[in-house]
Amino acid sequence: MGIQFNDETFRNDYTYRNSPAGLARFPFPFPEDEYMYSVNIEPHTPGRKGSVFEHSFDVDEHYVSEMKDRARVLAEDPLRCQSLPHMTLAGWDLLELIMESKARDYPDMFELHKNGNKWRWVNKPLGIDDTFTFLDESTLPYGPMEYITRQAQGDFTLQDQREDNLWIEAGMVTSQADWSLDFDIGMSFHEWHAPVPLAGGMGIFDRALKFLLKLQYGAPVRRFNWTMTVDPRLDTAPETYPKWGPSKTTLNMDNVGARQHLRVELQTLYRLPRSNAIVFPIRCYLISFQDLVTVPKWGRRLHRVLQGLPQELAEYKGFARNRELLTNWLAQYDDGAPTSPGWWAED
Amino acid sequence: MSGAPRIHARVAEVIPVNALIKTFRFVPLDGGPVPPFSGGSHIVVEMNDNGTRRLNPYSLMSDPSDTSGYSISVRRDDFGRGGSLFMHNHVEPGMEMTISYPVNLFPEDARAKKHLLIAGGIGITPFIAQMAQMDAQNANFELHYAVQSRSLGQFGDELKRSYDNRVHLYYDDEGIFIDIPKLLRGQPLGTHVYTCGPKGMINAVHDLAEKAGWPKGAVHSEEFLAPPVGEPFEVELARSGKTITVGAVQSLLEAMEANGVDAPYLCRGGACGQCECDVLALEGDIEHNDHWLTPEQRASGKKIMPCVSRFSGERLVLDL
Repeated sequence: MGIQFNDETFRNDYTYRNSPAGLARFPFPFPEDEYMYSVNIEPHTPGRKGSVFEHSFDVDEHYVSEMKDRARVLAEDPLRCQSLPHMTLAGWDLLELIMESKARDYPDMFELHKNGNKWRWVNKPLGIDDTFTFLDESTLPYGPMEYITRQAQGDFTLQDQREDNLWIEAGMVTSQADWSLDFDIGMSFHEWHAPVPLAGGMGIFDRALKFLLKLQYGAPVRRFNWTMTVDPRLDTAPETYPKWGPSKTTLNMDNVGARQHLRVELQTLYRLPRSNAIVFPIRCYLISFQDLVTVPKWGRRLHRVLQGLPQELAEYKGFARNRELLTNWLAQYDDGAPTSPGWWAED
Repeated sequence: MSGAPRIHARVAEVIPVNALIKTFRFVPLDGGPVPPFSGGSHIVVEMNDNGTRRLNPYSLMSDPSDTSGYSISVRRDDFGRGGSLFMHNHVEPGMEMTISYPVNLFPEDARAKKHLLIAGGIGITPFIAQMAQMDAQNANFELHYAVQSRSLGQFGDELKRSYDNRVHLYYDDEGIFIDIPKLLRGQPLGTHVYTCGPKGMINAVHDLAEKAGWPKGAVHSEEFLAPPVGEPFEVELARSGKTITVGAVQSLLEAMEANGVDAPYLCRGGACGQCECDVLALEGDIEHNDHWLTPEQRASGKKIMPCVSRFSGERLVLDL
């Protein structure tokens, strides 16, 4: 296998780390020195070799450890994975999409053998070799969505489409930025986006919904989102706020570089063929500030982005309390030089 | 969206079903599978009709789980713009054609406790695929299918053989009609009704369901409109900087494409809303022929659906 998987944790002793190779391919989400919402959607076509865009579903050095963390979260709180009864077919769609993509893109790690509806799935990094009947739930240890998303990095929500709206009615959500599937399940598009400040008044959600209702099978799209997290913790759920929220009060100039992380979400959207549902994979990438500033362009730019950010967004993204501390620390790495357009480190 | 993937296909079979209908089967040229789809989906078939490029939507009627190819049926319209005649007169087994990936504007509501399907004429085609899907899911469904005569009712005979007492057939020329009010009255809570067929039937189902107190979201229909023919007109495209003429048997969308303007579309039948565009200036009248715009939007004169709507007057400027 071409990837050396890290043995690391996302809680307690926080041994999570990015290798130099992982750092070099980190998806920095800011193409310019200012940030404001936009419907920044582009086709999810195979991108630069080695980048997180190279394949439909990126598998990286954190894969095995992330899946162990997911299993722990689910053991403590099974409601992080839910699927309303009418979403089972969409779960099979998702299982097929992920299995076909991974077997095609990483043949050294994953294999899918189809013989009619008798399928064999081999996942070498996790030591899985299962045979099952496609569309027959009784042949899998979990429902199809849960089975495959226990083996896929990032969170997943499944949206049913009806009455010119999208309804979030299934999902696997264990690496979220302070939101809850258990709270949102059953909501329509505008309902689950209601907490986001400013964007509603800008008409962003109306336009995004209209675009998504026309999303076509075979033409997936992607966008970035981002937020901040103290310590490399994947599971920052409202349900466990007491476990991670107070860490925001413990930052200072000496530890912010090591403990403050930029949290980047690579969000993709696919129309699913059999169910007509839409799947929304949200892949989370974490990078410490001290690693981030090793790329001079990123250090300079993040300083400027955070300085210019509307206060509502700093509050929504949960770092208003430490905003000044973060910008003061980043100021050391902003020499005022211009930054090049786009987010690639080497450009 | 015009940027969506397409399938290069070969016509594998052309089967005359009766005096008016032929079934066409497409298989991929590369020998691979076609994508699975959800019942109710359509594809857009591209035709090169002696230099005129036609793109018409047709509902998929094959089993959604069958990835070896797609089947559609086309009813011949001797007085239409020519798409159905092209399919009937020129499309032969072995021909290579381009088709779109499936798009579903008429999906089943998977929450329904029961699916009540009401079809008229060629409107049966999406239901054939939906019934295959529902049957595989052990879903509760019931079809009521009206045709002009037994000689045009072959699909009904086949469905009756497959689904037996879940299928009810009606023949206009024998005076056997669907009693829609009675049908709607007798349904259990949680039933969704779906209708596809002539405009009169679709409108009747919507009106009667509303009067009977059905929730709006439990009533589903689909009707693709052929772009109507009319007088030629001119249109200015502000962003492209072009002034183009729309011919009598050409749609505004087709005229734009013929002039090298890449305009968005999905269904090309007035149903999906993808081609909606802003009217920047208007001296004259838009003939709105779509299912998409609200009465208020039509009255505002600020929106038009180029796939089916036309114009008469002095000047029309679009934001395209």
